[in-house]
Amino acid sequence: MHPVKTIALSVALAASAGMAQADETLDAVKSKGFVQCGVSQGLPGFSNPDDQGNWTGLDVDFCRAMAAAIFNDADAVKYTPLSAKVRFTALTSGEIDVLARNTTWTMSRDSDFGEFIGVNYYDGQGFMVPTNLGVSSATELDGAAVCTNTGTTTELNVADYFRANGLNYTVVAFEKADEVVAAYDAGRCDVYTTDRSGLAAQRTKLSKPDDHVVLPEIISKEPLGPLVRHGDSQWADVGRWTLNCMINAEEAGITMENVADMATSADPNIKRILGADGDLGSKIGLDNAFCANVVAAVGNYGESYDRNVGPDTALKLDRGVNALWTDGGLLYAAPQR
Amino acid sequence: MAINDNANPQGVVHDGNLPDKPAPMATEGAVAWMRDNLFNGPFNSILSVLALALVLYVLPGMLSWLIFNANWTGGAEACRVNPDGACWPFVSSRWEQFLYGFYEKSERWRIDILLIILAIGIAWLVIERLPGRTFAAILMLFVYPVFAFFMLYGNEKMGLPIVETSQWGGFTLTLVIALSGIVASLPLGVLLALGRRSKMPIISLLSTVFIEFWRGIPLVAVLFMATIMFPLFLPAGVTFDQLLRAVIGVALFSSAYMAEVVRGGLQAIPKGQYEGAMALGLPFGKMMRLIILPQALKIVIPGIVNTFIGLFKDTTLVLIIALFDLLGVVQASIADPNWSIRSVPYTGYAFVAIVFWVCCYSMARYSRYIEDKLHTGHKR
Repeated sequence: MHPVKTIALSVALAASAGMAQADETLDAVKSKGFVQCGVSQGLPGFSNPDDQGNWTGLDVDFCRAMAAAIFNDADAVKYTPLSAKVRFTALTSGEIDVLARNTTWTMSRDSDFGEFIGVNYYDGQGFMVPTNLGVSSATELDGAAVCTNTGTTTELNVADYFRANGLNYTVVAFEKADEVVAAYDAGRCDVYTTDRSGLAAQRTKLSKPDDHVVLPEIISKEPLGPLVRHGDSQWADVGRWTLNCMINAEEAGITMENVADMATSADPNIKRILGADGDLGSKIGLDNAFCANVVAAVGNYGESYDRNVGPDTALKLDRGVNALWTDGGLLYAAPQR
Repeated sequence: MAINDNANPQGVVHDGNLPDKPAPMATEGAVAWMRDNLFNGPFNSILSVLALALVLYVLPGMLSWLIFNANWTGGAEACRVNPDGACWPFVSSRWEQFLYGFYEKSERWRIDILLIILAIGIAWLVIERLPGRTFAAILMLFVYPVFAFFMLYGNEKMGLPIVETSQWGGFTLTLVIALSGIVASLPLGVLLALGRRSKMPIISLLSTVFIEFWRGIPLVAVLFMATIMFPLFLPAGVTFDQLLRAVIGVALFSSAYMAEVVRGGLQAIPKGQYEGAMALGLPFGKMMRLIILPQALKIVIPGIVNTFIGLFKDTTLVLIIALFDLLGVVQASIADPNWSIRSVPYTGYAFVAIVFWVCCYSMARYSRYIEDKLHTGHKR
């Protein structure tokens, strides 16, 4: 048989074997006693090991929240660090149960690799320039030298944006983020472009962080979210409602501290969220109080945000579009009822 | 020796040898050494001056960054105040992570014990005055790997909790991959080299195909195949330990290189050695073990150690399949937003470079020593 056909057949077999696994992930996870969570190899604020070797970050908090929802124990997680290249294979091959690795939700990825269960961070590509360049908008960047990473969508986005606005530019591309920062800091280019969360993280590494500004333009949509394997809607629901629970809890004012008191609240919405009323949790195979457990262990979305990427952290990211819809942001979780 | 210069007025009489005069400046001392080694001819003089200029150009900045202007104490804050020197507190605050990776904290004593035994074992093998070195060799080559596996992975029956290989990391993981590669590749390489030179066509063909296949693909591709392609061939739910996949890949890869190194040694043995062995009536196994291989391996010690050093450094490639060897752990640590300081990535990489240099240079020195010890006239 032709080797390509052999591979194709094997992939097809593997895929069909994956189908047979449908609707079993939650049971499998429960029986092994932990969630196997795919994270990055180190992305500041999203998933990185701290001084003690514990994984922390916004994506890590989501994994911990899932563990809290299932086991009422946020530490029942094992992390598989994945490079950008192997992340989807790890998910489809069953090596991990959920992939929370700052992955942009796109149509092709949703159809090819797995089911996105929501958005836990709205990112977008932005520009940073030195203040003394005197530029206040990206439309003034005609003829600029742009520093960026090679082989990522950021490079393509820049090309699209500059062409659409009829601007000339030169790309200075590097393999690693540290090299890009060093080049930008040394003045080898006028503009540094990457996702805005990345700009915030890298800005602290500049010799004079205050001499640089992030321009207001956002030239791409990068909704980052966790994803699970195709074909297991129960497991997808567990993930989706864990995330929704964290957002709804913030909206309802339920925090890590007051969650115990809130359980006795008279507000029917809060009672439903915390499982004091109804049997929403058991419908997706969880404890009715799963959301109370999540908030008690990890906090609501806002608490997780502030702890990992918020203004008081080294990343100093304002909530911006990641605020609740009631505060003018994009976070709008379906109600738990 | 007595010198009697003035006792006899008729002349100078020496009743012994004159003391040696110091050699002229032209053939001895620093100046002569420099002239012989650095300035013998216009081309070498130019090169020496350029090299010296390069050293003078680079060294002060390097020393200042690494040592004199570096931050040695304090935490991230100290480094943030002075980002123009290395940030060693970053390394000291995380050295445990760099050594153990994400290995369970309460179980790290197991690694400590293994490292101590490894150090003792190596010392035992290296220091010649010590008795029972054959015993030590057998212990370290055959017993220790098995023992190390049970210690690292754990065994419920032995009362050691299981620690998944995904939690292994840091320098421990580098050692695990490098040592298993080294221990597996030498015997495999010898077998493959013998197989390739065999007169039996099937064995020769299989060995050649194996060697040329593994030598023909890059290690990165091997690791990617092991990590990405391989799981797709297995039924879903069946997983095969990722570290094991990588270790097997590295071992097979380096055994192909080792085979060619050993084959070079085999080909350097004069035919008379084979004929002499056969004339003594030695069967093939004994001929190889007693006559050919000891000579062949001795010739190719530099090549073997070269392959070992290459293998040791190649272990950092497992980074791309998300195994956290020393380099991987350092890179992940750099991402910590609390240490997001300009000097931190450079410090991390400098630390990795120093660790690797020390390990590789030790191997190189030991190989030189063995060569000198076994020097029986072949060395030129």
